[in-house]
Amino acid sequence: MNASSAAQLTPDVLQLDAAAEVERICLGLRQIVGQTLHRRGVVVALSGGVDSSVCGALAARALGSSKVFGLMLPEKDSSPTSLMRGKLVAEQFRIPYLVEDIQPALAAVGCYRWRDDAMRAVLPGYGEGWKSKIAISGGAQGRINHFKLVAQSPEGEIVEARLPLREYLQIVAATNYKQRIRKTIEYFHADRLHFAVIGTPNRLEYDQGFFVKNGDGSADLKPIAHLYKTQVYALARYLGLPQEICSAPPTTDTYSMHQGQDEFYFVLPYDKMDLALWAHNHAVPAPELAVRLGIDESHAKFIYTDIEAKRRTTRYQHAKPVLVSPVSEIAT
Amino acid sequence: MKDIKNQVRTYLLENFLLGGTADDIKDETSFMGNHILDSTGFIELISHLEEQFGIRIEDDEMVPENLDSLANIERFVSGKRAAPNQGAV
Repeated sequence: MNASSAAQLTPDVLQLDAAAEVERICLGLRQIVGQTLHRRGVVVALSGGVDSSVCGALAARALGSSKVFGLMLPEKDSSPTSLMRGKLVAEQFRIPYLVEDIQPALAAVGCYRWRDDAMRAVLPGYGEGWKSKIAISGGAQGRINHFKLVAQSPEGEIVEARLPLREYLQIVAATNYKQRIRKTIEYFHADRLHFAVIGTPNRLEYDQGFFVKNGDGSADLKPIAHLYKTQVYALARYLGLPQEICSAPPTTDTYSMHQGQDEFYFVLPYDKMDLALWAHNHAVPAPELAVRLGIDESHAKFIYTDIEAKRRTTRYQHAKPVLVSPVSEIAT
Repeated sequence: MKDIKNQVRTYLLENFLLGGTADDIKDETSFMGNHILDSTGFIELISHLEEQFGIRIEDDEMVPENLDSLANIERFVSGKRAAPNQGAV
């Protein structure tokens, strides 16, 4: 099927043969690590979420546990369950692992200070004991996407404010330190062990640019980037991952307030977003998507527009450094 | 004050296209469709319009019909400025 001919949006479009897909990915992992990258194994950061858990399980199955090195890299805003789930996966698949608290490194480079300074510029009362997150707004209603700061005072009062550009960029830049410090540590261990680094985006994240450039977006191979999130959950169940991972909704685990990925970035919960992306990729008309998702037609059109807008906006995320003049001797 | 379209055109050419000519942004050119602005660019544009023209743009006014071309911006900003006590800051 290609994007030029409309496909039928039936409930089973995202079903896959989990056993066959696992074998296909494992074969790919062995070939890529050994013959393309020429590394001895892989490093995978286990966040406790379903994507990295599936990647860890696949790597252990493909290469053997001793050729996988797991990392858990919590900081003060991480949910305590993240570390617990990461350990569960490592232990279930006998993956050697290390826990490194990245909070001192983040404090040293000013991650929290820069972030909180920007938050205080928008909410002057913001300070010690407050929790916060960023929420996206607009795209699903046909408006231009913008971001809001949502904060909770120590007394439990919730306040929100539209983020001006400078403060928005500063908060995002500061929190991006988290993904970039983590990746630095992953590459330290990869260099030490002569391993490759696995990136764990699913298709939604990869397509829509939901990653930090030179942070979680940086990797030597991305074994599940072709799979919709729904399909990643199917593989998780097939691989026998712990129930709490198979049923956990996706979160960013980056801000101190709980933040679903659909609040921060995607305009729909993942299962509906999967269907919308599949439908858009297969030229399904918006009215058909609207019926399938139980939304009105204009909303479905906005979602298609938003998918394209995010692809455009995040092209930079995928881009390699651009040369002014080509160096033909070096293949790209 | 320069007319709205020319002021915004100059602002976009200087800050987003980093050069270019007036032909690159015609009155009806879609900023989205022609990859002149992404969502971050629109946030910056909105701040500029608020500051430059003394208006307050509400969330529900942040729609392409108001902001996605010079002609749309002129229509929208003129309407905001003409309406007494509606969004002026």
